[in-house]
Amino acid sequence: MLKSRETILALAILALLAVIAARFPAFVLPANLAAVFTDTSPLIILALGQMAVILTKCIDLSVAANLALCGMIAAMMNGAAVPLPVILLAVLALGAALGAVNGMLVWKLGIPSIVVTLGTMTIYRGVIFLLTDGKWINAHQMSEGFKAFPRAQFLGLPVMAWIALAVVAGFALFVSRTPLGRALFAVGGNPHAAVYTGIHVGKTQFWAFTLSGALAGLTGYLWVARYAVAYVDIAGGFELDVVAACVIGGIAIAGGAGSVAGCVMGALFLGIVKNALPVVGISPFWQMAISGSAILIAIAFNARHQGAKGRIILKHAEVRA
Amino acid sequence: MTSLSTRHIPDRLQSPMTRATRSWEALLLLVAIAIFIANSLASPYFLDPWNLSDASFNFTEKALIAFAMAMLVIAGEIDLSVASIIALCSTVMGAAMMAGVPVWGLVALGLGTGLACGAFNGLLVAGFGLPSIVVTIGTMSLFRGLSFIALGDGAYTGYPAGFAWFGQGYVWWVFSFELVLFVVMALLFSILLHRTNFGRLVYVIGNNATAARFSGVRVDRVRFILFLLTGLMSGIAAICLTSRLGSTRPSIATGFELEVVTMVVLGGVSILGGSGSIPGVVIAALVMGLVTFGLGLLNVPGIVMSIIVGALLIGVIALPRLWAMWRR
Amino acid sequence: MQPVLSLRGITKSFPGVRALNGVQLDLYPGQVTALIGENGAGKSTIVKILTGIYQPEEGTITVDGRETRFPTAQAAGAAGVTAIHQETVLFDELTVAENIFIGHAPRTRLGLIDTARMQAEAARLLASIHADLNPKARLRDLGIASKHLVAIARALSIDARVVIMDEPTAALSHKEIHELYDLVEVLKAQGKAILFISHKFDEIFRIADRFTVFRDGQFVAEGAMAEVREADLVQMMVGRAVDQIYPKRPASIGAPVLTVAGYSHPTEFADIGFTLHRGEILGFYGLVGAGRSEVMQALFGITKPSKGACKIEGQVKVIRTTAEAVAAGIVYVPEDRGKQGAVKGLPIFQNVTLPSLSRTSRAGFLRLAEEFALARDYTARLDLRAASLDQDVGLLSGGNQQKVVIAKWLATRPRVIILDEPTKGIDIGSKAAVHDFMSELAAQGLAVIMVSSEIPEVLGMSDRVIVMREGRIAAEFAGDQMTPENLVRAAVGIEEAA
Repeated sequence: MLKSRETILALAILALLAVIAARFPAFVLPANLAAVFTDTSPLIILALGQMAVILTKCIDLSVAANLALCGMIAAMMNGAAVPLPVILLAVLALGAALGAVNGMLVWKLGIPSIVVTLGTMTIYRGVIFLLTDGKWINAHQMSEGFKAFPRAQFLGLPVMAWIALAVVAGFALFVSRTPLGRALFAVGGNPHAAVYTGIHVGKTQFWAFTLSGALAGLTGYLWVARYAVAYVDIAGGFELDVVAACVIGGIAIAGGAGSVAGCVMGALFLGIVKNALPVVGISPFWQMAISGSAILIAIAFNARHQGAKGRIILKHAEVRA
Repeated sequence: MTSLSTRHIPDRLQSPMTRATRSWEALLLLVAIAIFIANSLASPYFLDPWNLSDASFNFTEKALIAFAMAMLVIAGEIDLSVASIIALCSTVMGAAMMAGVPVWGLVALGLGTGLACGAFNGLLVAGFGLPSIVVTIGTMSLFRGLSFIALGDGAYTGYPAGFAWFGQGYVWWVFSFELVLFVVMALLFSILLHRTNFGRLVYVIGNNATAARFSGVRVDRVRFILFLLTGLMSGIAAICLTSRLGSTRPSIATGFELEVVTMVVLGGVSILGGSGSIPGVVIAALVMGLVTFGLGLLNVPGIVMSIIVGALLIGVIALPRLWAMWRR
Repeated sequence: MQPVLSLRGITKSFPGVRALNGVQLDLYPGQVTALIGENGAGKSTIVKILTGIYQPEEGTITVDGRETRFPTAQAAGAAGVTAIHQETVLFDELTVAENIFIGHAPRTRLGLIDTARMQAEAARLLASIHADLNPKARLRDLGIASKHLVAIARALSIDARVVIMDEPTAALSHKEIHELYDLVEVLKAQGKAILFISHKFDEIFRIADRFTVFRDGQFVAEGAMAEVREADLVQMMVGRAVDQIYPKRPASIGAPVLTVAGYSHPTEFADIGFTLHRGEILGFYGLVGAGRSEVMQALFGITKPSKGACKIEGQVKVIRTTAEAVAAGIVYVPEDRGKQGAVKGLPIFQNVTLPSLSRTSRAGFLRLAEEFALARDYTARLDLRAASLDQDVGLLSGGNQQKVVIAKWLATRPRVIILDEPTKGIDIGSKAAVHDFMSELAAQGLAVIMVSSEIPEVLGMSDRVIVMREGRIAAEFAGDQMTPENLVRAAVGIEEAA
């Protein structure tokens, strides 16, 4: 059943590409597809972090605000002539710390994650305002090296895309082959049982939030460098796209179920839609409604697949099932 | 054979009055009074009736939604799409206004769109059994997305003069239409939640929906009505807000859902469902209004206010828990 | 013989309750020790202490003669203590091998989980308990019995020396229970110390070597099973001789009230037909999972039957929702009191009046005085023990919660009351009160259906017994035919019992 869900999503993506290609063949040229992938990289990276959080029965609505704050810090550090490797380490650490704040509130105080991250979402954005007084940092205030790194070509793809690929690979390894990665599924799937197998539910949620935060921090730099601008409202509302990517990718909102492949495809689906809209001549203002509809269709679809868990008592029914 | 010596069980051990004085609402009321006094000491402009009346606009529209949201949260659900419903209602009214629909028609369309959005959420949650948190994250994008499709980066302006009354008119002296509506709705919702069978069912479902169903309660019908009610109140808020601003942009009311949820939680409604009261939400609305107004008098920018709202949301839940941990 | 693990003077309190008061427990290698006690005796608390979930306030835990502590679940696991729980508590989304090794999976040199080795080890463990399962299969695709096997393989994988089995047979079929008994023998032969918690005396006498009895958080007795009789154990459990807890009075059975014909469901039950009369108590017996609760829930409108008809006092009724069932005069006291019966968090009187709100209110507005009057009336009839009617139902004992649930339904003045395992997990005192009351209801002309898995209760209370097996009615007994042998034979299928 899990397999079929991902197969269906893959088919949906192929069908979408086919429909677009029928009228705009240039869209499916390798170079353009690579550009679409690169453009979708931030969404893929954040969706994977969100997946870790959702697996543990939580949700992180503060990712976009975290991204914006870390991006702003990166731009400010660049303004102070801090070398790029240090900036990268700093945004990872800061993002992780902001995520850890969410995690601590969920773990130590047992506050529902939606409340925590709804609150930190506004706090983190507010902090950007306090830091900058609402001023923008524009392209001309950023060093060339800072802006060029994500776009630098390496083996035919920009560094940004390579980073996304590395995160996907690393994340796949993490969830399938590390104790913490497996614990994410255990905590979300059956929290009571997790306790008996020596897995700490709160601590696992804490690490999921920290991971989500670190990835948001990294994306913060990539975002600011790629678009060459930093201000309070960058990536405003992006958390909804991130959650949408997860939901479309089949990550169960009740926790404990989902796959990396599904999550990445969920993000790609949204990325293709977003990039295809201007090509096929539809106003980009359609994107929000489309992603909303995609969320609704995806949850309805997942629920239909998971539903009807009645007992099977009759013998003849057992044969049929 | 049943024992005849049944022991008498008293109805109550604590009188409702005693209980009320030891409640969260009582504490919150003290906070509100303290802020009121602090504000009146800090600024000479605070105690002016017209200033206070003006200040009420920054919470009335959100509070209208918060009343319905409180019932929804008590029943164990949530609606994050309320701000997007406002956007869609406002857009529909704007489009109708451009087509020359009269004021009463605009009002009817605003209410009808709110009801339709609420019905859509309710159908998905109560009808198909989908989790309300993701459903309303989805409709949050969908409803506002529809506004963006209709308007792009444009705006509807030029509402008729008669329409302005809902957001700018005064019923009597300093009492604006919005303020009067706030008071009336506070009373109606208090009665609905605390004095009717329907209100009782809301608490029952929030505490244990399964047992409610096993007791013959039509759980899904109650849930559906609650979403409908939240949609309707969002529609009313949309009329007030659109009238007050005199224009419609797709980004209207952005972030309202956060303030509404904060109001509800600050008012003592358990985010996990099952407990809370309308008087609590009313006082929470006043507290938030007074804080905003006080900071405004001190020339603190709006985004700082949103930091405070975010911190309040977390702090209100965190502080009692920290206190309990510290006491142990 | 030296015990592998022994507890002395263990005390554990929760706000308002002393769950354990200086209890002791010894577990010996290669022996099965049955822990016996009523619900609330402290059995689940001791399991949580043994697995490191709870910390005792006083007392010592000794492993191999050395005093130790289990501050975390990991520590208990490291000391070789593992538990297999009432509901198999494992992870549906993980594979069989991952479930067996979660928390202690073999690692590669890089620190990653060594999937290949893990699967090989899992296959070896499963083979050692004769379980034919694919280590790569996802757990959610397996049945309950197979999940038990995975849990046992897990116990073996951590090289457990103490295995706790907490009501392991509760959800198993007859055949699966026997396979489990065989496994217990395998574990014994490997020298594991087994703590076996069960309410079923037959299985305790079948597999346990020793017993320990708790009552109300106190240690009562321990000894060898060979030297004890069932009646002695019961007396130790309840603290007094059990007399007359089945006060069945002769009832005058009247006209048919409920007639069910051809009730069927796609997967749960088929061809259910019976007639229930005024003043009658109709017992439904069967093994756990025979479909009895499912039939009752369909009659109550929780699930929908695909076929069949239901007549109440001669009139055909279509019941699609619980509200329609209540309106038709059918009410249901569910087995799962905590989740489906009582609305914890709300006061007693609100629980009682919940289905009768239309009567206590006027034009949709609440009238508290009427509510209190109704609640007072019905809770007094059931001899409820509570501080006040405004008290949270969740603070009551299981027996008193059950009384609230029954009072709630009686207040609707039903025609048919269905009680699903009405005395499961409640103390002996409340049990007698519930039985007494059931008898009185029937005498007053109510039609009662009682689903029960306790043979003495079924035989003691029913006028007639229907036995279900695998979703169908297997047999019906009345009068002299109502014997334990007949019931069990019909429940397990005659050929198996022979």
